[in-house]
Amino acid sequence: ASSPAMANGRKVVVIGGGYGGTIAAKYIRMMDATIEVTLIERNDHYVSCPFSNLYLGGIMPDLSSLTIKYDKLAANHGINVVQAEVTGIDAAGHTVKTSKGDFKYDRLVVSPGVEFRTDEIKGYDDQIMPHAWKAGPQTMLLRKQLEAMKPGGTVVLSIPLAPFRCPPGPYERTSMIAMYLKQHKPGSKIIVLDANPDIVSKKGLFLKGWKKHYDGLIDYRPAKKVTEVDNKNMSVLIEGLEEVKGDVINIIPPQKAGHIAHVAGLVGPDKKWCPVNPMTFESTLQKDIHVIGDSSIAGAMPKSGYSANSEAKVCAANIVAVMNGRELTEMSGVNTCYSFLSAKEAVSVTGVYTVDKVKNAIVPVPGSVGVSPDLSELEAVYAQSWVKNILTEMSS
Amino acid sequence: QPSAAMLSNACAGCHGTHGASAGPSMPSLAGQSKAFFIDAMKKFKSGERPGTVMSRLAKGYSDEQVVAMAEFFAKQKPQAQTDMVDPALVAKGKTVYDNTCKRCHLENGKEFEEDTPMVAGQWLKYLQIQMGELQSGARKMSEKKAEKVKSLSSADWEAVAHFYASQK
Ligand SMILES: Cc1cc2nc3c(=O)[nH]c(=O)nc-3n(C[C@H](O)[C@H](O)[C@H](O)COP(=O)(O)OP(=O)(O)OC[C@H]3O[C@@H](n4cnc5c(N)ncnc54)[C@H](O)[C@@H]3O)c2cc1C
Ligand code: HEC
Ligand code: HEC
Repeated sequence: ASSPAMANGRKVVVIGGGYGGTIAAKYIRMMDATIEVTLIERNDHYVSCPFSNLYLGGIMPDLSSLTIKYDKLAANHGINVVQAEVTGIDAAGHTVKTSKGDFKYDRLVVSPGVEFRTDEIKGYDDQIMPHAWKAGPQTMLLRKQLEAMKPGGTVVLSIPLAPFRCPPGPYERTSMIAMYLKQHKPGSKIIVLDANPDIVSKKGLFLKGWKKHYDGLIDYRPAKKVTEVDNKNMSVLIEGLEEVKGDVINIIPPQKAGHIAHVAGLVGPDKKWCPVNPMTFESTLQKDIHVIGDSSIAGAMPKSGYSANSEAKVCAANIVAVMNGRELTEMSGVNTCYSFLSAKEAVSVTGVYTVDKVKNAIVPVPGSVGVSPDLSELEAVYAQSWVKNILTEMSS
Repeated sequence: QPSAAMLSNACAGCHGTHGASAGPSMPSLAGQSKAFFIDAMKKFKSGERPGTVMSRLAKGYSDEQVVAMAEFFAKQKPQAQTDMVDPALVAKGKTVYDNTCKRCHLENGKEFEEDTPMVAGQWLKYLQIQMGELQSGARKMSEKKAEKVKSLSSADWEAVAHFYASQK
């Protein structure tokens, strides 16, 4: 069918109803309501990874406050939300293939999040050693395992080499699991096997919080890359050699761009992530396709929900500009990630980002990047409102 | 230069779409006084006003960019928060307001002159946090204001917070 909208080149399809996709769809419609927008997401709801560590820490009763639906977003902004699995992208034919048929586009926005490189961990089975790095059933499974563990037990947490989604996330998780053990499982401990040479983010603050609250409970071991698991024995192998046993084992596997990005030829020579133009987030490999969020290589902007939100707006503004024959507007982005150290204390990392025209890359604005001076109860209060605001942005 | 919308939309992840906050401790920026906004960003940047994330984020913007954002948010429709307020405290707060605050925070806090902020309809929790900082001296007041409010008790401050938050 050739609707007038299509004939005029005014159709945008967005893949992925998470931190990036919802915002791209919404802001395109807010900036130009004559553009037709279809948002394709495999699930009828979305569970936020941000704050899901608090649920694991036992200070959030369930995941309902972290779960959004798409009905209000669709109604408020006239977005066509389709629940379907995207199976392919025909870039030459400007068509998205899904379990519910084909969708034509003039511009496509891809925000599928991450896929796990499970082939790098021999024997990996997420039903036995959950990752809980996509929130929902996996998070609930890990919490059930923690609840079922005997007092005096050992939790093993494996962290992959950077870059991965949410640089401070594994260390926040360490804090929240330690808090749970301290309160509910006396005599237990957590062994953290970090493939990285050191704590990747907010190091000083995490070490301070761990000493203050969980002294002796966290056994942090840097440069320990898990390459194999033994599901029967409940153990992991570091570089195929050193064996570490656990009663509960949480493996965060190494990551790459969402599956669909690989199928569609959007992934660069590193075979992991998608190179993009820093002003528009248009793929440097496929014309008229934009990649935002975790899947994209966004220069200095970390793989976070806040970054995905901010990138979506940059992308939306410049898609609208291009579709209306206007000049591009220079990109400006923000990131902030809060991490909880205890039930009442949080810390943050912030950054404002711009494009370095010589390097053609996204770089931080000097002075804007930094972490909290100390653990803060006030920041924990603000953090609660942050998640409320960003999830409201995504769902209304 | 990024457009005013490009700059300002990046703040919405915390302050809500177009500055209408949905989180009870996060201030709405929609309809806020331009002069106050510029002044606040300047003070966050210099350290004169205590902040958490804002002390760092404000350093990411030029004076010109701050003005563009101030204008963007000033143009947005103010949106009153939806928190529950205590009617008894609202009534008591009205008296405190009439006696002490009215000269500067005009029209029950809805109107403003110069660098005085709009406080009507702001989130209760945010008002309480900021009043706490004003009271403790962590956030400085002008001498004129300090003189005016010095006899207020904590209960008085709490009551005006409910009064401001109740204004639609
Ligand atoms: C434990 C944890 C804590 C975190 N904490 C924070 C935090 O405090 N602050 C922060 O800013 N970030 C945080 N993050 C990071 C944040 O979750 C991600 O960076 C963010 O979700 C990235 O957004 P995205 O749009 O790229 O992907 P996602 O939000 O994952 O969205 C992708 C969507 O695409 C859908 N999809 C994928 N492929 C297809 C397909 N083929 N067909 C149909 N649909 C598809 C998926 O179902 C999903 O809904 C955290 C992450 C974790 C794991
Ligand atoms: C991660 C959260 C976050 C982001 C992002 C953020 N803010 Fe804020 N903002 C806050 C918090 C929290 C406060 C209270 C002061 C503090 O603790 O820093 C605040 C306060 C303010 C105030 C003072 C409001 C008042 O009434 O007192 C202004 C103005 C402001 N922010 C502007 C901005 C602008 C402009 C941006 C984007 C460039 C921005 N903020 C981005 C969290 C955020
Ligand atoms: C002499 C003028 C004056 C009087 C009187 C006055 N204020 Fe203010 N108020 C200001 C100004 C100016 C600011 C902005 C100051 C700044 O940020 O540096 C302010 C800021 C505030 C803020 C912070 C709002 C925000 O968004 O950050 C609150 C809350 C507040 N006043 C409450 C009160 C209350 C309550 C009273 C009376 C009991 C009062 N004020 C009396 C001038 C006044």
